[in-house]
Order: sequence, then C-alpha cells, then structure tokens
Amino acid sequence: MSDALALTWRQYRLERKMFWRNPSAAFFNFVLPLLFLALFGAIFAGSQKDLNVIVPGIAGMSVMTTTFVALAMNMVFLREQGVLKRLRGTPLPSGAYLAGLAAHAVTNTAIQLSIVIGFGALLFGVGLPDDWFMLAVFVAAGVVAFAALGVALSHAIPNFDSAPAYVNAIFLPVIVLSGVFYDADHAPLFLRDVAQALPLTHLIDGLSAAMVTGAPFADHVPDLVVILLWGVLGIVLAVRGFSWEARRG
Amino acid sequence: MESAPAILVRDLHKSYGSVHAVRGIDFEVARGEVFGLLGPNGAGKTTTVEVLEGYRARTSGIVSVLGHDPGGRPRALRERVGIVLQSSGTYRHVTVRELVTHWAGFYPSPRNVDEVIMLAGLDESQDVRARRLSGGQARRLDFALALVGDPELIFLDEPTTGFDPAARRAAWETIRALAELGKTVLLTTHYLDEAQALCDRVAIVKDGRILAVGAPAQLGVGASSRYRVSWRDESGEQVSRETDDPTALLHQLTSAALARGVGLDDLSVTRPSLEDVYLELTASGDEAEQGSVR
Repeated sequence: MSDALALTWRQYRLERKMFWRNPSAAFFNFVLPLLFLALFGAIFAGSQKDLNVIVPGIAGMSVMTTTFVALAMNMVFLREQGVLKRLRGTPLPSGAYLAGLAAHAVTNTAIQLSIVIGFGALLFGVGLPDDWFMLAVFVAAGVVAFAALGVALSHAIPNFDSAPAYVNAIFLPVIVLSGVFYDADHAPLFLRDVAQALPLTHLIDGLSAAMVTGAPFADHVPDLVVILLWGVLGIVLAVRGFSWEARRG
Repeated sequence: MESAPAILVRDLHKSYGSVHAVRGIDFEVARGEVFGLLGPNGAGKTTTVEVLEGYRARTSGIVSVLGHDPGGRPRALRERVGIVLQSSGTYRHVTVRELVTHWAGFYPSPRNVDEVIMLAGLDESQDVRARRLSGGQARRLDFALALVGDPELIFLDEPTTGFDPAARRAAWETIRALAELGKTVLLTTHYLDEAQALCDRVAIVKDGRILAVGAPAQLGVGASSRYRVSWRDESGEQVSRETDDPTALLHQLTSAALARGVGLDDLSVTRPSLEDVYLELTASGDEAEQGSVR
C-alpha cells in the first residue's frame, strides 16, 4: 500500500513538472480563465448582478477545463504517442498511475479556483464564499464527474489531430448553455431544458449558492445528484472503453 | 527451476476477428539465450511477442514466461522483464536522466541510473528533453528504459529498424553486452544479418508459422554468404549470377568486357536479401508438400 502511495506521489510530481514545462498547457489552464474573467469583468463592470453570475460561472468552467478538457486531450495524446502502452509494460500499477494523474488534475483545479475566487473577491466585489464546505463538496463532485467524462470522451476520439475539434464541439456549447456567461434562468425555455440536463449547469448552481447567494445546501442536493449521476455514467464509460493502445488504420 | 526455459510456447494461436495472425507456434528460449524471431512484415512476430509481453490475450495454446502466464500480467513478472516496443513515444518535456530515474522507481531493485545511461550510449544527451532527441537517440532511450529495472529477460521488437549502419552497430553492441551479462533476449527482426550477428538460435516465421528453428549457421541462413552479381548484357537484358566468390566473378566479367570493349551497365553486387532466402525456403517447402501429395 505504501508502495502504491509512493508510486502515486512520484507520478504526481512528474506530471506537475511536465505541466509547468509545457507553456501551452499552463496557458490554457491559467491564463485563459483569467482572461475570460478580465474581459467579462470589464463588460459587466458596474453591474454587481452580472458579476455575481460570471464569477461562479468561470469557476465552474475552470473545473471543466482542468479535468474534462485536460484529461480528454492528454489521454488521446498519451495513447497515440504510445506512452500508455509503454507504461503498461512496466510494474507501475495502473491504479497508482491514474491516481497520480487525478491528483495532478485536482491540483490544477484548486489553483485555478483560488485564482478565480481571489480575483472575484478583490476586483469584482463578489466576496469570499459563504459556505466553504458546500464549495468543496460541489468542486469534488464536479472534478470526479468531469474527469471521468473526459477520459470517457478520449475513447471516442480517433487521433490527436482531431482531439481539439471533438473536445471543443462539446466544451463550447456546454459552457454557453450552462450559463457560464449569463444567468441560465434568463435563457429561452428550450435552451433551459437542455441546460437542466447538463452537469455544468448544476455545478454552477451549487458554486453560485456557496460563493454568492448563500442559499442553504439542502436546496441544492438535487444539483449534486445530477452531477453525481453524470459521474457514474462517466466512470462506467471511462472504464469500459479504456484502451492503452491507439487504434490502427 | 534454474534449468526451466525462460520462455516456453506451445501451439500458440492468435486471431484478430477473421485474421489468423499466429497459426500454431512452438518454441523455447533457454535462460541466457539470445533468440530471434526472423520474418517479413506481417509474419506474426510482433503478435507473438506481444502475447509473451502480456499485451495481447492468446486465442489458444500454452505460454510461460519466467514461469508465469503473461496473460494475467502479474506484477511479479513485469518486474523481471524489460520491453523495447517496435515504436513508442514517451513524455516529451522531461530529460533523458529524469525519465530513466522515474522509470527506475517502478522496479524493486533497479540498476544504477548512470550505468544504464552509459550502457545505452546516452551520456552525451542525458540532459536533453525527450522531444529533442534524434530518432537514434530516442531508440537508445527505449533501451535505457527497458534496462533500468535490471530485467532477466528483455524483449526487443525490431530494435534497429530505421537505423543507419553506425547506430545499428551500436545497438548490436548493447545487445551483445546484455548477453554477456547473462540476460535472456528475445528479439524480432526482418534483417538477416542482424539475426546472424546476434542470435544463438533463430526461428524463421512466415504467415503465422515457424518454418525452421536452429542456430543461424545451420539454418541455410548461411546462404547469405552468397553474393548476387547482376549486370545488363550487350542485348540489354538483365543477367544475374550467384557466387561465393564475387571477386573472381567480377574479375572474369570485367576483363571480358574490357577485352571486347563493351561496358557492363547496371553492374551490382548484392547479398541475397532475407526476401530471397524466404522465397527459396517457402517455395521449396511448397514444392516438397505438393510433391509428397502427388
């Protein structure tokens, strides 16, 4: 057990090291959400109501980029490059490997959320979260669901060249529909129905309650249930379709 | 236990859907032996090796690697085996030394990282990030990562394909060094000279079957000592002759041509390729079979 933990820790440290050495990964993970925050902050400057929507919205988006987007792209790349196949031939247990990857993604989520929450409080008058526990619970559920869904999506992507197209075809509509940039309650009815089925909508609702509105946790348990259902689906698909090898032909 | 073979394969079959890639292969590899699977592309060499490495489930047959069934990929086995795959990338933003050190952490009693880097011939590029390595250096890194766990058995799937001659000789030296350390090596190749230079025994594989097994010299693989001399004669026809003594034949040809004041267009001296040996081996096999039927 301690051996598995040690291997997880080593893998985690390697992932961190590689992440910081890859400028484009670091950019997409940290600069992009900050840029979004700055842009929308400027657009909505003076309207506290809109700022109160955008900060939890960007926080939810951050969870999705650091887990779903990052893992889908990364898994396709590692599979295509043959890194997964090479690792499979070593004694490294796949559990320790995946735990190291997951811990790396969680670290990115935590860093990014801190940045978003910090900027929200300092510059946009959103204030620090009222309910840290609720925030942690929703972030944890979001990380599990989106990480699993990201790995599941990677199975459907044929090669790395097409990965950005596949990922963005899902990511972009989801962030728009789920109300990252506006209050989803003000969207047309048919879009609202679609949005109600998506996990990010419910993650943002939960984050909004914990960070801004101060609504009680009990009111948002259904949101948590939807996220966890997506998590279960994601885990099933991620495990079932898992392939360490690139498809040929 | 010590005398048990490192690898034992009995009546191995492997199908992918309707494609029957391996059709009943038998062989044994003794401990400390360098054994080669020699054959053209698509012969079933890689499939066979990947079954032994635990990457693929066999369709039927008995397989034992260091006393384990590789099908279940037991960790105890993975700790004692080193694998050089036919082609596989690695983490790009990490240096050679960092990668070898990371890999060493996977194994219970790894070799010294500096030693492995030296053995693989990477001492000059140990601080280079993997994505900046040349093709030859990347292959050396494959060797280093396969060796750092101090494996008893090493799988090398076409270890020198795409190498220039110098890189090839260097890789051969590394493989010979492994043999001297008493390691068991199973390699696949489609180069005749490679099998001849490295292997204690060779199995010639074609269409998922083994055509012959034995020491390279006994296998008619020695046929490679023959040379093929070919040229275009005065009527413009391509002529070729095989000889054990190309010097004498060339002397005859050129002096005759000079005496007649004609050229020898497209003159070349080649060793028969593996392809030629195969064609011979398989063609004669087919004839013999047909002969016995009739």
